[in-house]
Amino acid sequence: MAMKIGTDHFKERVEHGINDSFMRGAVAGAQNSMGVRRQTATEELGNWEEWRSHGEEIRQHVLANLDYYLEQLSENVAKRGGHVFFAQTAEQANDYIKGVVTKKNAKKVVKAKSMVTEEISLNKTLEEAGCSVVETDLGEYILQVDDHDPPSHIVVPALHKNKEQIRDVFTKKLGYQKTEKPEELAWHAREMLRQEYLTADIGITGCNFAVAETGSFSLVTNEGNADLVTSLPKTQITVMGMERLVPTFEEMEVLVSLLTRSAVGQKLTSYITVLTGPREEHDVDGPEEFHLVIVDNGRSKILGGEFQSVLQCIRCAACINVCPVYRHVGGHSYGSIYSGPIGAVLSPLLGGYDEYKELPYASTLCGACTDVCPVKIPLHQLLHKHRQVIVEQEGKAPISEKLVMKAYGLGAASPMLYKLGTKIAPAAMNPFTVGDRISKGPGPLKAWTEIREFPAPNKERFRDWFKNREKGGKES
Amino acid sequence: MTGTIHNRETFLSQIASSLGRSRLSSGVTDPEWKHRPQDQVLQDATPDELVDILKTQCLKIHTSLVITDAKKLPETLHEVVANYGGGPIVTWKDERFSKWGLEPLMKKEWPSQKLEVYEWDHTKGAENIRQAEKANVGITISEMTLAESGTVVLFSDKDKGRTVSFLPATYIALVPKSTIVPRITQAARKLRELHHSGKQVASCVNFITGPSNSADIELNLVVGVHGPVKATYIVIDDL
Repeated sequence: MAMKIGTDHFKERVEHGINDSFMRGAVAGAQNSMGVRRQTATEELGNWEEWRSHGEEIRQHVLANLDYYLEQLSENVAKRGGHVFFAQTAEQANDYIKGVVTKKNAKKVVKAKSMVTEEISLNKTLEEAGCSVVETDLGEYILQVDDHDPPSHIVVPALHKNKEQIRDVFTKKLGYQKTEKPEELAWHAREMLRQEYLTADIGITGCNFAVAETGSFSLVTNEGNADLVTSLPKTQITVMGMERLVPTFEEMEVLVSLLTRSAVGQKLTSYITVLTGPREEHDVDGPEEFHLVIVDNGRSKILGGEFQSVLQCIRCAACINVCPVYRHVGGHSYGSIYSGPIGAVLSPLLGGYDEYKELPYASTLCGACTDVCPVKIPLHQLLHKHRQVIVEQEGKAPISEKLVMKAYGLGAASPMLYKLGTKIAPAAMNPFTVGDRISKGPGPLKAWTEIREFPAPNKERFRDWFKNREKGGKES
Repeated sequence: MTGTIHNRETFLSQIASSLGRSRLSSGVTDPEWKHRPQDQVLQDATPDELVDILKTQCLKIHTSLVITDAKKLPETLHEVVANYGGGPIVTWKDERFSKWGLEPLMKKEWPSQKLEVYEWDHTKGAENIRQAEKANVGITISEMTLAESGTVVLFSDKDKGRTVSFLPATYIALVPKSTIVPRITQAARKLRELHHSGKQVASCVNFITGPSNSADIELNLVVGVHGPVKATYIVIDDL
């Protein structure tokens, strides 16, 4: 699966999302409960703003010195016997990993949840090379069993599915015979996946934070799947976005604390695993061979530009969990594995404006995302910035908007036309007006009024009102 | 054995060029951070207060906590194991077990009661994993214990298999009271000190906070997914 999900256009995706009442209920419920948990977990620290500022300064420092820290990281990984591959493109990353799989003659890969491997379509590459790929995160596993349904949330990928749907998928695909109780479903997945861990040739993980000073990297989970993925197969491959690192363990701990509180309202998740190199001599579990693949895939184009701060992201999804737009349209509407406010900023940068030019407009610019971001990414300002770039540099504003702006430009440039326009506007809009609202607008207003009302032009023009006021309001 | 590095210079030059400067290969010193909120958390807590905080946190992470002393430890451990339904049991090979007087229990008492006990033995290779996989209880020792989050920290080693804490159905961590610190901040600093003192950081350091769980199905919490279903911390008063 690439970053892009589905082939429908933006409006069709949104239409589909808005009409999926289960999904909307699930998302609203999730936002409510995760929002409260996040708030409790951050407030109990008493000085959350200082934590955010610290998170921000760490991330900014790393980005400003990224080449230095990546060099240090790679040296230290190699010192501990690991192999490091720097991949500028998705293709390079996939080719390298495919090379390892071929060399090991691997038939089965177990994977712990990783957004960057989704981004580069790693599963597809491996399956084409004749290797089966098993996702082990419960949510990802459910989606995979259901014919690769795309994820709709970066932390809770199967959020859009209810337990009855999951039961039916398990029954159909896995011969499951029990009820829709989450405990029974999870237990079934546990039993199925145990065998997969024990028989897999290669384990593949993402990376929450790499540590430059020691060549280590950390994995944050609640299920414990990443631990089995990194303990049992003989070869391990870890794929990381190039910005996901910190100088030392001391900064790692701060970002892990910010991540777990912001993502799920936990002080720490059940498993935080810090791995350094392959297993040591005489160790029985852990991989004999370790590969770290560091992926650029468009990130260096963001670096040094006006969108650099988006690379501070630690993938906690706090912005998604407070977004009023995400709440209504759900994750699939974004057409990208990165959804919500962070997705609306990141997807156009990684996937291009041609594909994702609507996303920066799928926001009310309310700024709730910016307020909760644990590393202080000014998300709503970046969305606004995208709009500026789309209109001014890319010339990609919607045609109706262009026409309206052009007409307004003409009208507003000539006092005669402006006067005429403001005079006839109420009459022209009259057939569409109910009370002081337009709910079924014509032409360029149509797209707006399809989903909300537009205020009708005031019957009294400002200039008339002002003139009248000068006369002491006698005419009214 | 040293590993390999591929395609580094092109990649890093691109980064430097994006940042509008030449390649930075040295000269970055430890930054002086403006903020250090992590040091203030529980900074004045006494060892007893830390135990209380740990205890309260355990309630939130579905973990039982038992406090005992060196004398009562064998009895306590036996009770907890019995509560979990007995063997098979898998443990690390660690001299602290005998130092704490657990050898008679582990090597005589349990086997005589037909409780199967397997001690990790690296010379037996993959047999260790087979034993851990079929075990009902896994027992390890916490090197550092984080009061705030209710976390035990384990260092892997040839005698301390990673999977002892993951594969069995239930999990018991022995927690010397002297290992309890306020939060992950102190543990991270200790790891860094170990590294600076020239000691190699263990290939796997596990921060474990209660049993495994998932909320992936309709956000319903399910305790016990890929790892243990239940967990108990036994705090040993060694101060």
